[in-house]
Amino acid sequence: MGRIAETFAKLKKQGRKALVPFVTAGDPDMATTETLLHSLVENGADVIELGIPFSDPMADGPTIQAASERALAGGVTLGAILQLVSRVRQHTNTPIVLMGYYNPVLRYGIDAFAADAAAAGVDGLLLVDLPPEEAGEIHGALRRRQINLITLLAPTSPPERRRQLAAAGEGYLYYVSMTGVTGTQHVDPQAIAADVAALRRESRVPVAVGFGITSPSDAEAVAAFADAVVVGSALVKIIAEYGKSPELPERVAEFIAALRQGVDRAT
Amino acid sequence: MSYNYPDNQGHFGIFGGRYVAETLMPAIQELEEAYRKAQADSSFQRELDYYLRHYVGRPSPLYFARRLTEHLGGAKIYLKREDLNHTGAHKVNNTVGQALLARRMGKQKVIAETGAGQHGVATATVAALFGLECQVFMGTEDIRRQALNVFRMKLLGAEVHGVTSGTATLKDAMNDALRHWVTHVRDTFYVIGTVAGPHPYPEMVRDFQAVIGRETRRQILEIEGRLPDGAVACIGGGSNAMGMFYPFIADEKVRLIGVEAAGLGIDSGRHAASIGAGEVGVLHGNKTYLLQDEHGQIEHAHSISAGLDYPGVGPEHAHLHDIGRAEYVSIRDDEALAAFQTLTRLEGIIPALESAHAIAQVIKLAPQLGRDQVLVVCLSGRGDKDIHTVADAIGVEI
Repeated sequence: MGRIAETFAKLKKQGRKALVPFVTAGDPDMATTETLLHSLVENGADVIELGIPFSDPMADGPTIQAASERALAGGVTLGAILQLVSRVRQHTNTPIVLMGYYNPVLRYGIDAFAADAAAAGVDGLLLVDLPPEEAGEIHGALRRRQINLITLLAPTSPPERRRQLAAAGEGYLYYVSMTGVTGTQHVDPQAIAADVAALRRESRVPVAVGFGITSPSDAEAVAAFADAVVVGSALVKIIAEYGKSPELPERVAEFIAALRQGVDRAT
Repeated sequence: MSYNYPDNQGHFGIFGGRYVAETLMPAIQELEEAYRKAQADSSFQRELDYYLRHYVGRPSPLYFARRLTEHLGGAKIYLKREDLNHTGAHKVNNTVGQALLARRMGKQKVIAETGAGQHGVATATVAALFGLECQVFMGTEDIRRQALNVFRMKLLGAEVHGVTSGTATLKDAMNDALRHWVTHVRDTFYVIGTVAGPHPYPEMVRDFQAVIGRETRRQILEIEGRLPDGAVACIGGGSNAMGMFYPFIADEKVRLIGVEAAGLGIDSGRHAASIGAGEVGVLHGNKTYLLQDEHGQIEHAHSISAGLDYPGVGPEHAHLHDIGRAEYVSIRDDEALAAFQTLTRLEGIIPALESAHAIAQVIKLAPQLGRDQVLVVCLSGRGDKDIHTVADAIGVEI
């Protein structure tokens, strides 16, 4: 069993839901990201989604666009991100999922990426612009290295497609809570509860919900019916606000701890 | 040669495909279904033909450029006058088709990205014609370069969103159009302006633009009694070129020559020659040649012509390049400017700066060919919109 499956199995036994924070690698610099990753783990993250910055983040709103720009301005590369994962992996078993767009991975080379990511201790890959129809090649390479290719589902996915994707899911399914880009609208838990419940019945892996979850009470509301809660833009906003200030780790720790309490209240 | 692309997944060889967020997948599948139905429906074709003829003004003339031909002293040069279309460019061939499709699908809102503003104007125009709500995304750098077209779009009732992210040009406008689409996908039709994007856009836009090549083929057979030796067209995303080339693909003796923008020169690094100097990658829903760095980050394109200022190219061009059916060359800003002036002086036709790239290639090529040879060139648009850019470039204050 991989680290993602182990993590969810352990949580299930404890009757708890997962907290999945997202940060962009290299925002505002790699040293800060490394500090933050440890802080996320210490304050209750169950899985970490680590963003690979891209010049043209078409599925992201202004907050994560700006984070990508800051990271790229600092010269972040996919190779440096894999080295970062490798360093963090020495200290923690928390699953790390790389999240981003296909082109930087394609350019790195699919087989080289799969090999280096596995060696670094990456557990999953989520590419927002790579639907299953185009994912055959990379899926094979990742599977050989026991890295999960995480599938996205959207409120617009028709029932038949949803069933197919759910049945083929690996690691966890990422349900996008709304039609939109990251960090621009607020989640409406009631509107998606039934859809997520249906998805959980059809899926052989846990279901995470992301987009528009900004507060501990949102996290609590979503954790009531999902297996995992993803928080991205709200966290990235704190990183943007404090930047390289020495206060940043403390602010992030407070926020994650509060989200953790929100998630745990739901269970 | 047998040529049957794309395959049913939208692939042109290794290129094309569908690389979009899951939220958009159902929308492009719905679009493909609607497009297939329309293709098979003779009433759709009749409706399209009606608007192309009576609204756009087709067929556009294939004009023998006598003085340019004499000046160059080589091949006979024919200009396919897409500049004479309503709205002044080839773009409207495609927007009429997509707007008719949007109407059949019951979508009341259309969005578009635009670089030079020609596609934005063409979309705003058909939105006015069919009573659709229209929003256009345009980089603020292009808004500055193309103020006239911005005002035209507003007069036509469109809302123009200035895009400030990235380089504030066409690629960024397309990013924001995609972001808007993913947010309003249920009631919005995205009118893509070039032969790029997720399947079925490259195929559908090609099909709507193929009227250019079909007419040209018929016209040159009428005038010259034979096919041309070469067909030349400029390439940003490549819709006018694809429209010109497609009906000639099976005619293997017809050279197909696509002209990319070399900007300040390929070696300067400031250009828009994706086929000439790019690498395979994925952007805006398709796999194609892209200007990118060694880490897969998309690089800034540069061209004096806003419509060619894009770091990618339609996937079918990437494929035609790989199989060797079409040739791709590039023309610098200064060469395009010189051609702009040459055509204006010799023929009384002010070409768009985009089209001036194709003319510049003909100026290079025609003298190398015999007087019995024939070149057809797609004059994709008229140059009124570029007057300020040209004045700036040659140091004239208006």
